[in-house]
Amino acid sequence: MMPTSTAFDVSRRGVLAGGVATAATASVSIAADAAPQSAPASAEPRVPVTLKVNGKSNRVDLDPRTTLLDALREHWKLTGTKKGCDHGQCGACTVIVEGRRINSCLTLAVMHDGEAVTTIEGLGEPGDLHPMQAAFVEHDGYQCGYCTPGQICSAVAVLDEIKAGIPSHATADVAAQPAFSIEEVKERMSGNICRCGAYANIFDAIADVAGEARGARA
Amino acid sequence: MKAFTYERAATPAEAAAAAARTPGAKFIAGGTNLLDLMKLEIETPRHLIDVNRIGLDKVEDTPDGGLRIGALVRNTDLAAHPRVRRDYAVLTRALVSGASGQLRNKATTGGNLLQRVRCPYFYDTAKPCNKRKPGSGCAAIGGFNRGLAVLGTSEACIAQHPSDMAVAMRVLDAMVETVKPDGATRTIPIADFHKLPGTTPHIENALEAGELITAVTLPAPVTGTHVYRKVRDRSSYAFALVSVAAIVPSDGRARVALGGVGTKPWRVESAEAGDDAGMGKRILAGAKPTTQNAFKLPLAERTLTAVLADARS
Ligand SMILES: Cc1cc2nc3c(=O)[nH]c(=O)nc-3n(C[C@H](O)[C@H](O)[C@H](O)COP(=O)(O)OP(=O)(O)OC[C@H]3O[C@@H](n4cnc5c(N)ncnc54)[C@H](O)[C@@H]3O)c2cc1C
Ligand code: SF4
Ligand code: FES
Ligand code: FES
Repeated sequence: MMPTSTAFDVSRRGVLAGGVATAATASVSIAADAAPQSAPASAEPRVPVTLKVNGKSNRVDLDPRTTLLDALREHWKLTGTKKGCDHGQCGACTVIVEGRRINSCLTLAVMHDGEAVTTIEGLGEPGDLHPMQAAFVEHDGYQCGYCTPGQICSAVAVLDEIKAGIPSHATADVAAQPAFSIEEVKERMSGNICRCGAYANIFDAIADVAGEARGARA
Repeated sequence: MKAFTYERAATPAEAAAAAARTPGAKFIAGGTNLLDLMKLEIETPRHLIDVNRIGLDKVEDTPDGGLRIGALVRNTDLAAHPRVRRDYAVLTRALVSGASGQLRNKATTGGNLLQRVRCPYFYDTAKPCNKRKPGSGCAAIGGFNRGLAVLGTSEACIAQHPSDMAVAMRVLDAMVETVKPDGATRTIPIADFHKLPGTTPHIENALEAGELITAVTLPAPVTGTHVYRKVRDRSSYAFALVSVAAIVPSDGRARVALGGVGTKPWRVESAEAGDDAGMGKRILAGAKPTTQNAFKLPLAERTLTAVLADARS
């Protein structure tokens, strides 16, 4: 095991100042302006952010640049949520905020002050898995596992979205209540890329949780 | 990402006033386009005004039988609204063909209208781009331009407008409502909202500094089959090469707008009169394709022909 406290201290300082490179320039300009050592750079004050993450409320002071993804990983130390592209293109960072799945890399933590966030750790843990987590294990819905937390958070929300009657591009009659089908699941899961190509087993796992038999196990 | 200061506005008027007060300020709504561009330092606002808690998140009936869509209504909620699904299905279909479920849960009506282009050179800060850096040139003309526009282009910029939602709104004759920092409000027809690049491709829309979109209104529904057909390199989670938004009555004049081909959502009202067979040619008249994107002309024409034939049958 890495000495995690040190690792987090280093990365936390980096993130708060907006990355190592800018941290260096920021401290240079503070010195040049002869700003008092204790005062933070006035141009970028920290902002207090309270999030209810997996049921527990916590407040941290963040550089406003901190994305929700970096806040969860670096400040809440919940590293289950993964950074793939950091640009909304892969879905690895998917979490559920106020009941809706979003890409945590394309939103600022401060925009969610006071809101409730569920990450993969909050869905379930070893010994007490969420049915979707258990189904991914049962159906081998992964290979390297890097996309998996995002896939599972997305899949849980997809089944809720179908139940809530939200239409998709695969819905033939958008005025009608959508029904579960593999075509619906494929379309709705298209924002989660799996570089290992575990899609067939991912769809089996989701169908299983939805109560639909599917694939070889049908 | 460059440093910025952050404030959360409580009302639309407060947001617009804050924008006028603070140099280099920008509104942030869903953040799905702005933060992407800020990470690449293509957008470098010095101050962000968070408009997520100013209200404007409702879809309401208007007295004339239409709809008023608040600027902060999420793309998911707009697509799922019962009246939109029933009376303005072209809009639901356009919305659900765009981005991903996660992105649509964040993306807002105002932000979607204002999303910036997807030209590869706009994204590459090492390359000249008149939109990103006025006067620097256009790397796309003579570069890799397969996905870019064939209509409404200029010597300065040929980037296509990327929004699906805006194409449906163009066919629905939507109106964009705004408030300015001095509190004055106005309504801009969607046809006049997006600007052609001309010699000033960095000016993309009719908004003035600090002007906030408050709502988009739709007139009373138009009967007919509502279609949005999007052709792209993969069947989901990709921008349009060509798209067709159409409202087709069982007989009579169809309304049609094209996406993926123009520097703004493309509609030619005069081309809608006359026979279906010639409509594609009439809409695409004056197109200036490059060798790489010339395929968009037959693709758009055939997609339109198929949409009209299917809807009339
Ligand atoms: C991977 C990916 C794939 C995508 N695919 C598609 C696709 O296929 N089709 C498609 O149409 N789109 C697609 N998009 C784009 C997406 O639709 C936009 O990012 C989104 O609609 C922007 O809305 P937002 O609320 O997040 O805007 P923001 O990012 O918050 O804002 C965008 C701009 O609008 C300004 N702004 C926001 N609200 C207001 C307001 N009320 N008044 C004045 N100014 C305002 C902001 O200052 C900013 O300049 C994709 C995006 C990504 C990342
Ligand atoms: S087409 Fe427009 S956006 Fe693309 S490089 Fe040229 S000026 Fe920039
Ligand atoms: S890391 Fe957020 S979508 Fe890829
Ligand atoms: S399991 Fe490896 S990326 Fe999906």
